Amino acid sequence: MSSRGKDMRRAYFKNNWIAALVVAPQLLIIFVFFYWPTSQALYWAFTFEQPWGGGNEWAGFENFRMILTDGRYWDSIRVSIVYAAGATVLSMGMALILAVFADRQLRGYKYYRIGAIWPYAVAAPAVGLAFRFIFNPSAGIMSYVNAAFPGFWDPILNGDHALLMVIIAGAWKQVAYNFIFFLAGLQSIPRSLIEAGAMDGATVLRRMRDIQLPLLAPTFFFVLVINITDSFTDSFGIVDTMTAGGPARATNLMVYKIYVDGFQGLDYSGAAAQSIILMFLVIALTVIQFRYIERKVHYT
Amino acid sequence: MGTIMKSTFVSVFAVAAALGGAASAQDKITFEYWYGLGGYLGDVVQQTCDRFNESQDTYQITCVGQDGYATAVQNTIAAFRAGKHPTVVQAYDAGTADLMMSGEFYPVQKMMADFDIDIDWDNYFPGISNYYAASNGELFSMPFNSSTPVMYYNVDDFAAAGIEAPQTWEAFEDGLRALKAANPEKCAYGYAPSTWVDLEQFSMAHGIPVASQNNGYDGLDAEYVYNTTQHVKHMEDIKRWLDEGLLEIKTSQGGINSRDAFAQNQCSIYFGSIASHATVHASAVEGLNWDVAMLPIYEGFERTNTVVGGASLWVLSGKTEDEYRGAAEYLKFLATPESEKFWVSNTGYIPVTRAAFEQLTAEGFYDNAPYKGREVAMKSLTFTDPTPLTRGIRLGGFIQARSEWIAEVEAGLSGQKSMQEALDTAAARSNDVLRRFERTYKGKQLP
Repeated sequence: MSSRGKDMRRAYFKNNWIAALVVAPQLLIIFVFFYWPTSQALYWAFTFEQPWGGGNEWAGFENFRMILTDGRYWDSIRVSIVYAAGATVLSMGMALILAVFADRQLRGYKYYRIGAIWPYAVAAPAVGLAFRFIFNPSAGIMSYVNAAFPGFWDPILNGDHALLMVIIAGAWKQVAYNFIFFLAGLQSIPRSLIEAGAMDGATVLRRMRDIQLPLLAPTFFFVLVINITDSFTDSFGIVDTMTAGGPARATNLMVYKIYVDGFQGLDYSGAAAQSIILMFLVIALTVIQFRYIERKVHYT
Repeated sequence: MGTIMKSTFVSVFAVAAALGGAASAQDKITFEYWYGLGGYLGDVVQQTCDRFNESQDTYQITCVGQDGYATAVQNTIAAFRAGKHPTVVQAYDAGTADLMMSGEFYPVQKMMADFDIDIDWDNYFPGISNYYAASNGELFSMPFNSSTPVMYYNVDDFAAAGIEAPQTWEAFEDGLRALKAANPEKCAYGYAPSTWVDLEQFSMAHGIPVASQNNGYDGLDAEYVYNTTQHVKHMEDIKRWLDEGLLEIKTSQGGINSRDAFAQNQCSIYFGSIASHATVHASAVEGLNWDVAMLPIYEGFERTNTVVGGASLWVLSGKTEDEYRGAAEYLKFLATPESEKFWVSNTGYIPVTRAAFEQLTAEGFYDNAPYKGREVAMKSLTFTDPTPLTRGIRLGGFIQARSEWIAEVEAGLSGQKSMQEALDTAAARSNDVLRRFERTYKGKQLP
């Protein structure tokens, strides 16, 4: 991860080809499921690919030019960033609060801990369907709110409402994952530190701010990177079941647009170019996080 | 010893018999068929396959459901690129232009002729066959599950409001007001934006173009023109009805789609495919008294025929002659009046040949529930002979064009922009899709 890890113990193989043999299956899997499809996408992105494979023609940067000059594509990037920021902040915030409570070992925390891990096992489309019911303006739970304040909640026509709804569903799904890591991080903090703080008269909040959160920073950073990446690349199932990208493209996340253009619209080249852009965006964001945020993280 | 000998002999015999049985199964010519219909309708497709397999000993068709038209096409393309595609695939109406341009198919009319199977192609309703035919009239794919949209209405609500099924959109609006006056609490018109109903079939019924070059039939350089036709007025009316509370949006994303809202007696009117006729029957709340009528048209327009929706069966390239022969036999089997009757009576789809329709009518099929009313679809489909503008839609990337329309109409309905602006944008963006399609198939012509 960084130069600070240089004192970590490492195992060395004297015989290099054994090492290569051990690593080979892993490399093969990565090649077949990552590098090969990526190279195909890269190739298509620079051609006009006929869906049935009847031939393709070199396009140069035409596909990229078309995408990047399309205002709707920038809308899609904007929506994706709002979604990523919203879902990450919400899910990490909720997970942190839940983990702090679980860590304090309040009564029944064991059941509560298992309960908080469950949502991660729920498939995204199922999450989407459940939240579609909860946020249904005329039949779901929100319909009671709408009955009291007519027109308060309308994700069918109001794009902001629809985006908020998708963010909440996406965050809810991610909470469990973050919770596991935060709880593990909190539990690895030596009790003696917290007890010493308590004896010195530090309040719960003070101990959290001065001891637990700083020591949690590495976990926090890891979870942040994973969450941002995940919200750019793995939000498809929820959008597909909840809004299908609508209304009026208000929830047309980049990854969903790739699916619609590529698989439904059979525009393979356009979709390939979009996935290349998405890939570089995620790489860039991860680099930025490592460059600027990791500096503030102290590994113990 | 004797017993052992005997049992050995028996088991050898059993193995031989089993091998013999296996051999005879292997002698059959097998081929695959991938279909998109899911749920109950998918089960009925499967039954047509079983019926075919039972009807003869030479061929064995294996039918695989793909759960959705779009997935059926996507999976077929992926399989085709890997050389593992089925012989027959069910592809939806809107994907017709894409398949035609691919060239990777065996035109059914040619295939039937090659295998000396006599099909009376003139027997097919022109509103159906034109959709799937080349410019010279040769059918490329076999019409199969076919439908056309109709207006579903609640007879009791109409009676309470003192109205009859409206023939014109002007009368339709008066009807909505009467429904609201009679029962202000009830949703009069459950609406879901649908290009198929609001744009494509609306334009067909009015005899107005969706795109230039006769909706793309005469060239890949077609351009969308629906933002300049009566379609704009219609969408503006829908927006106005929404604002006045005469219409409520009912979509799956909102929890209940317009069909179910109608069947659950929440709304008095909805527009949808005649294929839902069976579903509405099956899912209607008890005592729901309903009927169907043709789409209204605006005053001052001459009604023309609507066109087919649904899907057709394509025979793909790269298969052996035996497999093609099997596919030809299967399509021939589907085209018999008995098979058509089986399909039509078990689903809400309409017969695709005159012979089947006449036979069903003569048998009194359409006289009683649950099939009564379905003849309205036939009337709509055959109202006039197809004109150059009412043959169908032959536009590349049409699925994308549909989603452009939906997204912009949603923007129009929510008041972000006027309907005219929304449709202008949708048409312009859909034209980009057409240009891209034209570019991808540079130098090629529609067959």
